[in-house]
Amino acid sequence: MNSNQLIESFRKFLPAEAVLHAAEDLRPYECDALSAYRQLPMIAVLPRTEAEIAAILQICHTGHIPVVARGSGTGLSGGALPHAEGVLLPLARLNRILEIDPAACTARVQPGVRNLAISEAAAHYGMYYAPDPSSQIACSIGGNVAENSGGVHCLKYGLTVHNILRLRVLTIEGDLLEIGADALDSPGFDLLALMTGSEGMLGIVTEITVKLLPKPETVKLIMATFDDIKKAGEAVASIIQAGIIPAGMEMMDKITIHAVEDFVHAGYDLEGAAILLCESDGMAAEVDDEIERVCAILQASGATRISLAQDEAERQRFWAGRKAAFPAAGRVSPDYYCMDGTIPRKHLAHVLEQIEQLSAEYGLRCMNVFHAGDGNLHPLILYDANQPGELEKAEAFGARILEICIEAGGSLTGEHGVGIEKLNQMCLQFNDAERSRFHAIKAAFDPQLLLNPGKAIPELHRCAEFGAMHVHRGAERFPEIPRF
Amino acid sequence: MQILPEHLINAINAATENKQPLRIRGGGSKDFYGNSQALQHASLLDTSTWQGVVDYEPSELVITARAGTPLVELEKLLHDHGQMLAFEPPYFSASATLGGCVATGLSGPRRAYTGAVRDYVLGTQLLDGQGSILSFGGRVMKNVAGYDVSRLMTGAMGTLGVLLEISLKVLPKPAADRTLCFQASTPEAMAIMRRCATEPLPVSATCFHDDQLYVRLSGAESAVQTAHARLGGDEIKDKDDFWESVRNHTHLFFQEGSAAGKALWRLSIKPTTPPLSLPGKQLIEWGGALRWLVTDEDADAAVIRTHAADAGGHATLFHGDKTTIPVFHPLSPALLKIHQRLKQQFDPAGILNPQRMYTEF
Repeated sequence: MNSNQLIESFRKFLPAEAVLHAAEDLRPYECDALSAYRQLPMIAVLPRTEAEIAAILQICHTGHIPVVARGSGTGLSGGALPHAEGVLLPLARLNRILEIDPAACTARVQPGVRNLAISEAAAHYGMYYAPDPSSQIACSIGGNVAENSGGVHCLKYGLTVHNILRLRVLTIEGDLLEIGADALDSPGFDLLALMTGSEGMLGIVTEITVKLLPKPETVKLIMATFDDIKKAGEAVASIIQAGIIPAGMEMMDKITIHAVEDFVHAGYDLEGAAILLCESDGMAAEVDDEIERVCAILQASGATRISLAQDEAERQRFWAGRKAAFPAAGRVSPDYYCMDGTIPRKHLAHVLEQIEQLSAEYGLRCMNVFHAGDGNLHPLILYDANQPGELEKAEAFGARILEICIEAGGSLTGEHGVGIEKLNQMCLQFNDAERSRFHAIKAAFDPQLLLNPGKAIPELHRCAEFGAMHVHRGAERFPEIPRF
Repeated sequence: MQILPEHLINAINAATENKQPLRIRGGGSKDFYGNSQALQHASLLDTSTWQGVVDYEPSELVITARAGTPLVELEKLLHDHGQMLAFEPPYFSASATLGGCVATGLSGPRRAYTGAVRDYVLGTQLLDGQGSILSFGGRVMKNVAGYDVSRLMTGAMGTLGVLLEISLKVLPKPAADRTLCFQASTPEAMAIMRRCATEPLPVSATCFHDDQLYVRLSGAESAVQTAHARLGGDEIKDKDDFWESVRNHTHLFFQEGSAAGKALWRLSIKPTTPPLSLPGKQLIEWGGALRWLVTDEDADAAVIRTHAADAGGHATLFHGDKTTIPVFHPLSPALLKIHQRLKQQFDPAGILNPQRMYTEF
């Protein structure tokens, strides 16, 4: 089936404006938020209903046409990068909140609904949707499911996988899967978990039931400055050791503090080597107790300054600095490359030291922001794409950081996904047999490998070639993979 | 340091060759669960000797242990460090192991408020039906590299692989614990349970039976106090014994359900479902999301399953005549197809606990 025939078959049931094929119409879809990778799709089709999605999938299945689903395009790993010979399926028009059930604490929504829009709609009932990725103003809930997105409150409230109950999923073969339930569990395998974070490789999510939580009565935020990032790391461990699970715990290094303070004037202490934000939520008396205990621990850990946000405006200002870390990187550098490794927290100081050494080695600055509670590190590598060779240097630097995270017993991605970006590092984290099982899972849902092909799980030959590249550096990592 | 369980790999290879099904078993505390009779002629694959905590650092909130590790030892170690398994896994007998806890995917009274075992599984090492040792997930809180095979294994009843090692997120034990008791009709109890879910209160368990509603509050002393003042109710003394009896089914209600001639059904449904009118006795947990039903053994399974499905959920035959009634709620044809394909991929010879879940695989 050529592209004209394909366009014609889509137009039989879709208005002309929902079937895009001219290069200028497709341009907005050529990349997601990882703009280093760009590709125009053959066609973009914009459905409004589940029935339209089913009809589109049927045509693609019959014609063996690859399909790449897309939410708001805020993904940071190129997961929604279009396929040159494929159909791009933006789901932004499925943007209705179908039902809020305040008694059952659930909301039933379409995949294109923005993350924050759910909490805004639930606010009327004193409730909210907990996972809050930094892009929550724009990112879609469907994209959150595809990536198992987190946010700054994960340690206490979990990731997307912990906050959804039910999915409607269309397979490329045309089956409608009702996964999960309005109940807390469902019979059979945990396909809800398997779908969450599957990066659009297994099916197209057409409806999501999320859990809502009652808004906590009181929220308070402490900001602590340290003259040594190690001390800040130890303070985090001491807080957890004391049996406290803060609602949020975020750390920034010196270069980040300066970049964001310059930008949003959050009131950060520029003398500090690290700043730790620690949030408590719950009932008023409980929060007061917790804040008191946290302050004592911070003091004992050698914090040089401790400030409690005095009101909601100050709390928002303290947060504004952390939340502006990415745009602040964009202000101090023409380009930045955001990494997403996770590590056991105890290795933080060691990992940061190694990143500092690499920063000198590559001659590129690196800002570090850290979801300290759950060990998720976001190094932002600063570079200038107009300088020949700098993008490549930044990518090589980033790849080394992920390898350090894996060596420390962590993971190459905490919440941004593998996408197109981290395929090589998947070869380091998983062996041949493990990757084969991933491919087998893919085949169980999508035997013809039409959904988002080439993402998330590297082909075995790619890993063999990547392994060979590493041998040149003197590190034989994959003796079990045949070389060719 | 124990040697890798060579005998497990050998057993799998031999079973593949002889097309001899294997019955995976840890401490045997959940032998009764699922279609056990389907495996009465299977060879035993004993995982109970593969024991030991591999890694535990309280400040990381992660524990990694071998599947055969007795749950009681694991919980004792956590308790000594002021931590716990937040999903309160049922033991059913003292021999319960971590592997069985994860394979059955069952969670206790705290589940509706802090999450299920699947919510705390971070990583697994397993042996699949081809004798390969595979590791998925890890020992960190956040990890989206590859499909979530660890959670896929949770509750899969050993049909996709033999669990060898499991990493779990753990949580600090709450500083204070208080259980309130209310005399209430079923609708009154349901209303209080919904209030516990929709208001920001530190509730960690609810249970209603025989006109008594029990609400457990857990958290900071101040939070527990405030919540008690707000909800009212009488504080009970032997609270630990009560929740223990609900968790491990030693409560008289559950004892009746496993008696001869009786059946115990587990209905997991939308929590706001009004009281179900089914013959027999009920005990309600999880804020209304879990309804246990004791009926006569010959009660109509189809009627019970229709009630559960109409309430957005499903019904499992926990105890009863499993030779005539399928234990687990039937899957839709589309879902069954995916299950069969996954089974085929992980266990092509069909030797791992075949039919323990569904007769089709």
